[in-house]
Amino acid sequence: MQEHANEPGRTSKMLTDVMEIGSRVQPFSRESRDKAARIRDARVVHSVCPYCAVGCSLNVYVKNGQVIDIEGNPDSFINHGTLCPKGSATFQYTINSSRLTKVLYRAPYSDHWETKTLDWAMGQIAQRVKKSRDETFVERLEDGREVNHTLGIASLGGATLDVEENYVIKKLFNAGLGIVSIENQARI
Amino acid sequence: MLEQRGRESVSSIAQGVKQLPQLLTLLHKETPPPEEPALGFFTDTSLCIGCKACEIACKQWNQLPAATPDWSGTSYDNTQHLGATTWRHVQFIEQIERRIPAGTGQSAQQTSSTLPKLSLFQPMDSAEAIPATPPGTALPFFNSDRWLMHSDVCKHCANAPCQEACPTGAIIHTEYDTVYVQQDICNGCGYCVVACPFGVIARDTGGDGQAHKCTLCYDRLKDGMKPACAKACPTESIQFGEVQELKKNAQERLGLLQEHGVSEASLYGADDKILEGGLHSFFLLLDEPEVYNLPANPARPSNHVLPTSLGTIITALLMGLMSIFFFSNKE
Amino acid sequence: MPGLGTTVGRGGATTSPQDLVNSDCILIMGSNMAEAHPVGFANVVKAKERGAKVIHVDPHFSRTSALANLYVPTRAGSDIVFLGAIIRYLLENNAYFHEYVANYTNAPMLIREDFQDTEDLDGLFSGYDQESKTYTDHSSWDYQRDENDNPLTDPTMQNPRCVLQIMRRHFARYTPEMVEAECGVPQESWLQVVQTLVENSGRERTGALCYAVGWTQQSKGVQIIRAGAIIQLLLGNIGRPGGGILALRGHASIQGSTDVPTLYDLLAGYMPQPAEMLDAKPEAQHSPTATTWGERKDQHVHKRTQQTLQEYIDVAGMKLGWWSNVPSYIVSLLKAWYGDAATAENDWGYHWLPKIIGDHSHINTSYDMLDGKVKGYFLLGQNPAAGSTNARMQRKALAQLDWMVVRDLYEVESATFWYKGPEEVDPRQIKTEVFLLPAAASTEKEGSFTNTQRLIQWRDKAVDPPGDARSDLWFIYDLGKRLKALYADSTEPKDQALRALTWDYDRAEPEPGSRLLDEPDAELVLKELNGFYVRKQDEEGNTNTYGFREAPHVPAFTALKNDGSTACGSWIYSGVYPEPGKNRAASRHSDGGTNLDWGFAWPANRRILYNRASADPEGKPWSERKKYIWWDEEQKKWTGKDIPDFPVDKAPDYRPDPKATGMDGISGTNPFIMKPDGRGWLYAPVGLKDGPLPTHYEAAESPVHNALYKQQSNPAAKFHKNRKDNRLASIGDPDYPVVITTYRLTEHHVSGPMTRWMPWLNALQPSLFAEISPELAAERQIVHGSWMVLKTPRGEIEARAMVTRRLQPLRIRGRVVHQIGLPFHWGFQGKSTGSIANDLTHSVLEPNVSIEEAKAFTCNVRPGRLS
Repeated sequence: MQEHANEPGRTSKMLTDVMEIGSRVQPFSRESRDKAARIRDARVVHSVCPYCAVGCSLNVYVKNGQVIDIEGNPDSFINHGTLCPKGSATFQYTINSSRLTKVLYRAPYSDHWETKTLDWAMGQIAQRVKKSRDETFVERLEDGREVNHTLGIASLGGATLDVEENYVIKKLFNAGLGIVSIENQARI
Repeated sequence: MLEQRGRESVSSIAQGVKQLPQLLTLLHKETPPPEEPALGFFTDTSLCIGCKACEIACKQWNQLPAATPDWSGTSYDNTQHLGATTWRHVQFIEQIERRIPAGTGQSAQQTSSTLPKLSLFQPMDSAEAIPATPPGTALPFFNSDRWLMHSDVCKHCANAPCQEACPTGAIIHTEYDTVYVQQDICNGCGYCVVACPFGVIARDTGGDGQAHKCTLCYDRLKDGMKPACAKACPTESIQFGEVQELKKNAQERLGLLQEHGVSEASLYGADDKILEGGLHSFFLLLDEPEVYNLPANPARPSNHVLPTSLGTIITALLMGLMSIFFFSNKE
Repeated sequence: MPGLGTTVGRGGATTSPQDLVNSDCILIMGSNMAEAHPVGFANVVKAKERGAKVIHVDPHFSRTSALANLYVPTRAGSDIVFLGAIIRYLLENNAYFHEYVANYTNAPMLIREDFQDTEDLDGLFSGYDQESKTYTDHSSWDYQRDENDNPLTDPTMQNPRCVLQIMRRHFARYTPEMVEAECGVPQESWLQVVQTLVENSGRERTGALCYAVGWTQQSKGVQIIRAGAIIQLLLGNIGRPGGGILALRGHASIQGSTDVPTLYDLLAGYMPQPAEMLDAKPEAQHSPTATTWGERKDQHVHKRTQQTLQEYIDVAGMKLGWWSNVPSYIVSLLKAWYGDAATAENDWGYHWLPKIIGDHSHINTSYDMLDGKVKGYFLLGQNPAAGSTNARMQRKALAQLDWMVVRDLYEVESATFWYKGPEEVDPRQIKTEVFLLPAAASTEKEGSFTNTQRLIQWRDKAVDPPGDARSDLWFIYDLGKRLKALYADSTEPKDQALRALTWDYDRAEPEPGSRLLDEPDAELVLKELNGFYVRKQDEEGNTNTYGFREAPHVPAFTALKNDGSTACGSWIYSGVYPEPGKNRAASRHSDGGTNLDWGFAWPANRRILYNRASADPEGKPWSERKKYIWWDEEQKKWTGKDIPDFPVDKAPDYRPDPKATGMDGISGTNPFIMKPDGRGWLYAPVGLKDGPLPTHYEAAESPVHNALYKQQSNPAAKFHKNRKDNRLASIGDPDYPVVITTYRLTEHHVSGPMTRWMPWLNALQPSLFAEISPELAAERQIVHGSWMVLKTPRGEIEARAMVTRRLQPLRIRGRVVHQIGLPFHWGFQGKSTGSIANDLTHSVLEPNVSIEEAKAFTCNVRPGRLS
């Protein structure tokens, strides 16, 4: 122990002598004795912070199928285990009772949400896409130039999504369906 | 002298109940873990960028509830103070020089919370008011406007008043010589709260009613991990390690800053002066301690606390004993 | 990022935050780095500890300023005056890095005699068309050329038509006095900045420049970035350790979403989207620069038709430099998209690609929406109802849709505009059908993000998303499968692209431990991005043909071909997954050096771009201290600490034949291989819509007239002037005299969908506030901590008043100009709510990139709350 630990103030030393209240050698409780980091024996999953573009590496600790802790990855040359407050709060971003877990649907002119199944929603969305596309598709301009596009459907988003997701968005919407207004936060 | 006498009288009363804690200790005793080198924090405010990662990393690791959102208007500090569920807290102190002609009655040291309401708009006038700065790269280490940021935390006093005040033995010095509240012992009496001269420890009145504060991530230390705040801190403003090593670092850092012309830098709690033994969590400050709401000479209030609390102490001990007997009989 | 693309070749940061520790001086301007990128800023702090000088130039004193050696308050919108004066100083005092400038930049190039500068035309360049308010003829901006189309040069840089001399004239009026008068920056402070920059560059020292949306979100944002890049070229700071330009990007994969673009005007790897612009005629004048020395058409001066692949290549490709490879990249992309249906006979399916006919950018599309031209809208993790400028207009636009799909983790403003908002909303009047689908968080799916330094990093999946939440990959893949089924039997020509589209990302094996059986395999998508062989010769000389799943991966983009034998989703990502089992985005080995085995940085895993410039023209390091990449005479190759950004065996003394094409046309001394002349462009002879040199224009809303030219604001900016919901304050408008700028706080993220549902963060910053100086507060009787109302011609909002000396009035041309600062993280949804800052902002767009001007506009303030 440290020097000062061997020489506590005289007054407290006297106290220590007479009773153990205020003593430095208070007994450890069982809980204290057994204390351990809760991520001991957890599975570590390597991830990347979803906020800014610095790209800090995250260690996501999983036990019994649950995320129990998210911290910086000390091995990363980008963040050396450190994080900003948002990165440190990634746990609360993902484990949060306010998160949506069901499809919500609002019919035209309705004043409320309805809960729907995912399958129903996907089927409906596919039909809306087909209808709008078929109604607005332009093969040629008036002067005869071929353009093969639709201006009737647009998409916004991607900067918070994965590279692979951006790729399939552009591929399906642009190369497959002919949508041209495909945009993301990079424009903003 | 007065203090001395007070203590002695406490001792004589306490003598009578000497066996009780011993008995309690016997019943409760776990083999204490072997002693380790003392561990602590060196919080260097000259590196703090006020990001508050420490506050959130602490909340996250310890799964502490958020403070009630309350916009304080005190610069960017909205959590305001340490508490039962806020174990790291970042302060913001604005010290912005105003480059205006002298005689407008404005002090340069006011922060946004204390700004006077000006009765009249004071026009800035003429370039002469601007202090001439010599050209070239002889730039100061900090520019002349200062926004001090400071991550406050439990001081883990070498001789901790909270621990001395604790009647139940809940507060211990761990094998790392950190100050730790054993939640399975604490009965929420709150003596530690008044004992702490830094306003660190608090009872969770909205929760379990027990006393809480920074544990220096005792659970992580057991597994050889850094405390969550020190790990998250992007700029090494919060350094964690062996206290002896940290104190050496702190001295070196102070010297370096003074070399850079930051003459106002000073260490707080790195020597043994504060609370007769110093702090295991100490600071490098860029202004007087009072500017950071840190007492220059923190008082040890235990002499006031102990006598008045004696009755409670005895009661607590007796009740503890009774419950132990009760439960062991049931078994 | 055409500011960087046009100047040095690629639209990405030339360096990394970690390399800043090697800097001797770091200039942060247009960025609140400590707050928006705290962990990146840690490197700045580290550099400062090592003795680097840190300078912050910004309208408000932020946490970035607090740590800087020097903080310089300036007027929002005056950046080019400040930077232009630095350029002038460097040129007039011979303070630039001569050898670097003479050899690595286009300073010696001669510009055409008919080019007219803003000096000649009072703020306009030659080629401006008053009627369309655009530069319709860029031809005069070009180089003078010899019979081989090669530019004429004057190595002495004395010829009055050479770039260096034109720049001297152009920047002559950007004086220190002008800085003081227009930026409100005392000359002494400005000079301190300049001298610090100069003293920390040259052979022995390097300085870095960090910027972010403080520059890009202005109506002349691209030209501000250009001005910064010009300074870095003049100081010899690009391509060298501790140097460069760090574009600080604000979203986890905003770089990725530009590289593999969800952008209307780009195909993967910065090839342009094919275009048939409405304002161009099929027989439009053939630009002589298009296929010879022209800059790749980042900016789409779509003069020619692009009906065939060859016509497209003529516009998108170049004769010289790396872009001569466009045929291989576009054919490989078409093979990746259309598979076996892409054949030489059908131009590899090129005609299926939709052509753009105008500006289909986000804001323009919002106006189309408002006009009822858009039926359906997908919002994939984006929140225009609070996060886009002129947010009230955005919400009105959403109400004109037939249907909308919102995918997010929370019930964000854009999903709820039909029943809630700052204005009164009657659901019974709004037809828009809304599908709100729960999305998976980043920890609940695998995939990669590309960060601010072009580094692709893979994330493993930790757990399944809750309930019906799914990855966006799943959503698009599933939607694609359903649409392919709906169109399966169609014989209509318009549907054949979708029928031909390759769409096969099913997992070979179910994901272990997951309850989701139909989640696609992100690594298969990565394989397509990396590229694979459709046909390949084996060792015996037999040609094998492969399906997607069994096809061998291409090792790098150098393997891509224009004959249909390779497929590649994004050529710049080639090499990220060079063989099965080797996903380099998922490699995680730090080595304390350049960390080449941690992730994969496009292109070809290079960490500092243009790093051939870290050596002198002979190939030797400029100095031992700044040694990085050099020519190894013994091995006859470039070597060093990084992957050379140069043909590895091209000797420094290589000189091209005047008739050479492709990379053969690039000299051994020209580090900027993406440019047709291999040089950094101080002057952009082509490629920009608002002129070849940065020029100061006032913001669309400004308290003052432009003191430099008669031309008030960017002449090519898109003003949306005819829109009644985009009204602008007039110049010096007495009703809107206060300059306002917006910014981020560390504690929140953009408009809040990723933070305002989180109690921990809300406790740190619980309310929208506006930062105002005590002087302005006193003038308007606004009390610290009370409420105040901010007003622009677009709308009014309320905020708590943070009266602070961190904001200070500036003296502009003798009069006091007040500035206020406004974080923009709030909205009406979530656990912390507040007014939407973007209800104040307008929709004037920068001409090159159509980015909104949110960093400099004008407003008025009063005490109290909205009634």
